[in-house]
Amino acid sequence: MDHAVEATLTVNGREVRRRIEPRMHLVDFLREELGLTGSHIGCEHGVCGACTVRVNGQIVRGCLMLAVQADGCTVETIEGLSDSKELSSLQKAFHERNALQCGFCTPGMLMAAQDLVLQKQKVSREQIRAHISGNYCRCTGYQAIVDAIDEVINGKG
Amino acid sequence: MAKAELPLHAPGTQLDKGYIGQSVPRPNAQRLLQGRGAFTDDLRFPRLAHAAFFRSPYAHAKIKKLDFKQALRSPGVITVVDGRAVAEYCKPWVAVLAHLKGIKSPEQFALAIGRACWQGEPVAAVVAESRTQAEDAVALIEAEWEELPVVVDMEESLRGKKIIHEEFEDNICFKRELDTGGVDEAFAQADVVVEETFHFGRHTGVCLEGRAILADYNAAEHSLTVYHATQAPHMMQDIFSRHLGIPEANVRVIAKDVGGAFGIKVHVYPDEMATAALSVMLRRPVKFVADRLESFLSDIHAREHRAKVRIACTKEGQILAFDLDDLTAIGPYSVYPRTSGIEGNQVVNLTGGPYKHQKYRAKMNVVFTNKNVTCQYRAVGHPIAVALTEGIVDLAAQRLGMDPADFRKLNLIADDAYPYTFPSGIKFEQLSHHKALDLLLKVMDYRKLREEQKQLRQKGIYRGIGLAAMIEVTNPSPAFYGVGGARISAQDGATLRLEPTGMVTVLCSVTEQGQGTEAIFAQIAASAVGVSLEKVKVITGDTGVTPYGGGTWASRGAGIGGEAVLLAGRALRANILEVASQVLKMEKAELDILNNEVVNKLTLESKMPLAELGRIAYFRPDTLPVDYQSELTVTRHYTPRQYGFTFTNGIQASYVEVDADTGFVKLLKHWCVEDSGTVINPMLVDEQIRGGIVQGIGAALYEECLYGPDGQLLNGNMADYLVPMSGEMPDIVCAHVETPTRQSQLGAKGVGEAGTAGAPGAVMNAVNDALAPLGARVTAMPFTPERILKALGKV
Repeated sequence: MDHAVEATLTVNGREVRRRIEPRMHLVDFLREELGLTGSHIGCEHGVCGACTVRVNGQIVRGCLMLAVQADGCTVETIEGLSDSKELSSLQKAFHERNALQCGFCTPGMLMAAQDLVLQKQKVSREQIRAHISGNYCRCTGYQAIVDAIDEVINGKG
Repeated sequence: MAKAELPLHAPGTQLDKGYIGQSVPRPNAQRLLQGRGAFTDDLRFPRLAHAAFFRSPYAHAKIKKLDFKQALRSPGVITVVDGRAVAEYCKPWVAVLAHLKGIKSPEQFALAIGRACWQGEPVAAVVAESRTQAEDAVALIEAEWEELPVVVDMEESLRGKKIIHEEFEDNICFKRELDTGGVDEAFAQADVVVEETFHFGRHTGVCLEGRAILADYNAAEHSLTVYHATQAPHMMQDIFSRHLGIPEANVRVIAKDVGGAFGIKVHVYPDEMATAALSVMLRRPVKFVADRLESFLSDIHAREHRAKVRIACTKEGQILAFDLDDLTAIGPYSVYPRTSGIEGNQVVNLTGGPYKHQKYRAKMNVVFTNKNVTCQYRAVGHPIAVALTEGIVDLAAQRLGMDPADFRKLNLIADDAYPYTFPSGIKFEQLSHHKALDLLLKVMDYRKLREEQKQLRQKGIYRGIGLAAMIEVTNPSPAFYGVGGARISAQDGATLRLEPTGMVTVLCSVTEQGQGTEAIFAQIAASAVGVSLEKVKVITGDTGVTPYGGGTWASRGAGIGGEAVLLAGRALRANILEVASQVLKMEKAELDILNNEVVNKLTLESKMPLAELGRIAYFRPDTLPVDYQSELTVTRHYTPRQYGFTFTNGIQASYVEVDADTGFVKLLKHWCVEDSGTVINPMLVDEQIRGGIVQGIGAALYEECLYGPDGQLLNGNMADYLVPMSGEMPDIVCAHVETPTRQSQLGAKGVGEAGTAGAPGAVMNAVNDALAPLGARVTAMPFTPERILKALGKV
């Protein structure tokens, strides 16, 4: 049975129109239909944050939003924000401080971190830790991630 | 480029000047930062089919009937198969090793035939055009089951009233006893004897990327290419070859980016073997990625132990003897090919390891249960051995009224006592317990912290300081697996090739899962050849192109793979100078390589860029003497020979605050001093230690796979199984003592598991130190608020 409905989304600045099964979640749509494999699937129940993407300027869990819910929305992914250089300060700080190991959490972590950067306020380490506490990293111990975000937001070297 | 805080060259090493000891960023991290890595699930193939598995809903049950009629009619389904159908393509296995005397395990099939032995064991597979369609069809499989008696508790399993595998007369997979003699006498003479039983929860790796495999069988060539999230591509090549009946040279295993592994991705999994078999059966590529729920049910678990330990001490505080009784449960099968006997074996080998006592007795039983299988996971056995050793040592110090740091100082093996054989038989080349302890006490300002703790206690604030000294197995020789008959390479190889433009390509059999393997190999290669770092490109994780080797496990990548890179780099340097001497008509001894150029060794005057040398060697060899052949690709291998394992040592400290009203533990700070020999990249080493510590903190405070009495996993998802998140984690201070191993020229020992080995013991001791004035004590990990409140008598 075909329950697919037509939806139009703007993904990384480009309009895409697709027939989408209502049960398909947004991150599956990005990965499977658009080939944007930078957003990762870690738990599919909204805990790990690996699938974090930006919809209409807000970060969301790509596994907790259905693709059809994004009809008419602007969606931004790690690929788009890398190409636009919006993430370049965070990416540079993450690289220089080794704030990633396997890199599976990194796209989601960067999306969450950039959300804090965009608030344009000085923040404490505790606030940084709290802001990324919905993004699971099994490799790093989080400290280098906190250091990198701290550097970008608070200008610490 | 940031300079390391440590000396560039540790004493005792003979390295050329270069990048060793420098905190350079990882070149291969750039693609991951842009979401442009290539994890197995990111690959797209024509005719790619997707597998999903029907798993046993029962912990132990006879499969009376499987009905695939509805499933086969579901949209997009290509096939639905049971265990017998897959067994036509994939031979079963038995996970035993000869050096673990007496170990036994039943034959295991890719998909269970006739009987399922744990909840989550795969019993049927659907292959469909999409994963969604495959999962839809799995839901349509109808099965008739007859439930069988379930053994969940390990003490019950040991008693053996209910036998899990009827071909065996008991539930014991493996047992070991060790006795130096004189233990009873030591306890009889002791002024103080302390005893405690520690419980360690069963937990699992929770790699953010689920296990992933894409098998692509080519029927015309009878060849199989497997894209696999694995730590050991050559081991898997051998396994696929032997179990699927494909010649070894026709099997190629490629590990592209791997999203965390921690030992989870170094084992043979039934669903992955079935996926490879299905690719052969269907003559097309088939992919399987474990989702989070099936990861909890089918990724190996680890660490379920009950350990009773006693020590005997003099009234001055000298430890005389250790006496250990350990019991661990591994699920219904020993895991192939490494077996599930190693973790318990390590506990016996390592317990009491930092200390001077000469009398030691241990008894250890490994039993079957109807829960998911357990096997080697980061730090294998170390967290158990360290925690029970350090827990009982703290208890003895408390009983004697001694400061825990002073008690350790008295009993740690002296730094000038090496080489040293520990009573369990393990041999230490050179450790530095006292230097490490002294450095730790200094960096944490131990005495001041004790003073602060004392003052806060008067205000009703309960803080605790916990220490945990440790020894750690790294750089294993064939003594780990090979001697037992496992086809797991103890050797690793590196090929270095000078490219015509003067760049150096490194191909190495050790794999990368984010530790920075490729970065440190680039540092070593650049230093050994004499080129700048950006001239080096490292390739790992492909049996089709790299030399043969073991891969990544047991903290062996830097020490073994790194030495192979160093040896190959030096050989390539010599070969380059040979070519240069032909071109320049100078003696080889007069020449050297510095910063991408051949130079006069004495004057350092530039004689020729390597790019020019490469151009001549490859494109204009006609200008070289007619009887001369240049050789600008070299391969070298390395395996440690002098010692079974290159032991490292370290010590950690944890500072916590326990809320006596809620039972919550707040981690205030954590310190680690580690001696991993030559430090190649301090930044990578420190963050790896921190990651390891956080994983160990998870074990101490949060993580446990909880099973009901019927063998059902109760918390198999990330909402119910708690992992450490950034909000609760402390800042972690790392410091190093550098005692390079003299077995290799590089001098590097392993470091990847050290954090995980020591953290649970340190946190446990800190919690108990905090609880001590309240007369409470906890010994069962994880230390949940509920357990702490129970210990306090509040619930």
